[in-house]
Amino acid sequence: MTIADLLAAFSDFAFMRRALAGCLVLSVAAAPVGVFLMLRRLSLTGDAMAHAILPGVAAGYLLAGLNLWAMTAGGLAAGLAIALMASAVTRLTPLREDASLATLYLVSLALGVILISARGSAVDVMHLLFGSVLAIDDTALIFIGIVASITVLAFAVMWRPLVLECVDPGFLKAVGGRGAIIHVAFMLVMVLNLIAGFQALGTLLSVGLMMLPAASARFWTRSLGAMTALAMAFAALSSVAGLAASFAANLPSGPAIIVAAGILYALSIAFGPTGGLIARLRPARHRTG
Amino acid sequence: MDFTRQDRPTGGASLAFRNATIGYDRHPALHHLSASFPPGSMTAVVGPNGAGKSTLLKAAIGHIRPIGGEVAIGGCRRTEVAYLPQLSEIDRTFPLPVFDFVAMGLWQRRGAFGGFRRDDDEDVARALAGVGLIGFEQRPLDTLSGGQLQRVLFARLSLQDAPLILLDEPFTAVDDRTIGELVDLIARWNAEGRTVVAVLHDLELVRRRFERTLLIARRLIAEGATADVLTAENLAAARHHIEAWDEAAPFCEAEPAP
Repeated sequence: MTIADLLAAFSDFAFMRRALAGCLVLSVAAAPVGVFLMLRRLSLTGDAMAHAILPGVAAGYLLAGLNLWAMTAGGLAAGLAIALMASAVTRLTPLREDASLATLYLVSLALGVILISARGSAVDVMHLLFGSVLAIDDTALIFIGIVASITVLAFAVMWRPLVLECVDPGFLKAVGGRGAIIHVAFMLVMVLNLIAGFQALGTLLSVGLMMLPAASARFWTRSLGAMTALAMAFAALSSVAGLAASFAANLPSGPAIIVAAGILYALSIAFGPTGGLIARLRPARHRTG
Repeated sequence: MDFTRQDRPTGGASLAFRNATIGYDRHPALHHLSASFPPGSMTAVVGPNGAGKSTLLKAAIGHIRPIGGEVAIGGCRRTEVAYLPQLSEIDRTFPLPVFDFVAMGLWQRRGAFGGFRRDDDEDVARALAGVGLIGFEQRPLDTLSGGQLQRVLFARLSLQDAPLILLDEPFTAVDDRTIGELVDLIARWNAEGRTVVAVLHDLELVRRRFERTLLIARRLIAEGATADVLTAENLAAARHHIEAWDEAAPFCEAEPAP
């Protein structure tokens, strides 16, 4: 199968075009979320939240079948509930946020699997966990578009306080910035992106399109703006490559996209100029001052 | 209307503790403390370890609520107070250049969304020049030395244009020459009418550069002109304070001090 055949796949099949459009739009929205998750050392939080939204999605699925809006509402409710409960436990008890989040998401994941297996089949579980390009219909595309628009707007509005909350939360607090509100808003945007991603990538892997491109971009630049732009580009590239591979070799689309992102990540670790292995091993010449 | 820092009159704010008891877990770190910092004054806060010096500043900016009594700021809002904590929570690995970090000091002027104008950029450049960090604008935070980071924090403080400035041991890990420059900067802030409160350990420095001193050891030992406060007698009294909490200490029945 040649490159031309792969391009033809995108032009010939409507579901491939929709999947491509969906994943590209998703790349733009999810990448900045991933960059901030990584810089705030919350990379695993994204993963935990991806598990946490499962019972909500499952509940929506049980009530209304494969109805996007029902599953979205359920996932959003579950994600928000877990995020708020985790911060409440963190603030009110000596438990740290990572521990409280881990306990809550494990319970949440277990509940989700029980809910699905109570009524659905193994095929349904697989579909929810790993997604399918065929699931991206027009409604899903519209939803992804809405989420991406909200995400871009949210970042435009909260960029400065969010950066400050990451770098020096004590200062933000002292000048009267609402760090807690910024944190909740950021978590909300993350949950929205996870839900937007689960149609194509599944609940478990939609976090991959956030984290892998962000972690890869870290190896190429030290500037926050460039890092975000690069993460978007990496996510988009992984989407195209993954979808093409999934079509050519009949692979599940979500895992194919994430593996493509993983290959980009490996290349970044090896060749990235800021902290990459080769840059580190090469004897560095030093300047005089 | 365009307002720049120069147009704004800076009057110092005042800070007062009225019979304030401030502590953790019902154990007082500061016990029935009454002390005042008049507008435009420059005061050193001195005392042994565990005397409640940092607690005093944290209560002043409202991070700790007093168990009893009152902590009052007069002349400005609490969010306008500039505070340099002893242990900052700065994540130095975050990819942010020095210029952008220092520019955060303009938060009160530009807030979360306000655009930066040319005079803002000039103010940031002037603040960096004021601490001797010209040429550091694009350096990432994690390449700075401890003393350089401290100077960056001072640059941000000076941009905050605060009527009340609280410094908690600002000279740890800073070399002598830099200390001299930073104390000069503090004195300039004070000369502009701002009220300065600094927790310090170096008594020589306090004697040389600070007009007023507050000596505490969980309670007030002495307050007033530095020469009158830092006497052998007072310092001996401060040293006698007991650092550890007494878990079995009875609840305080003391009549509120006047």
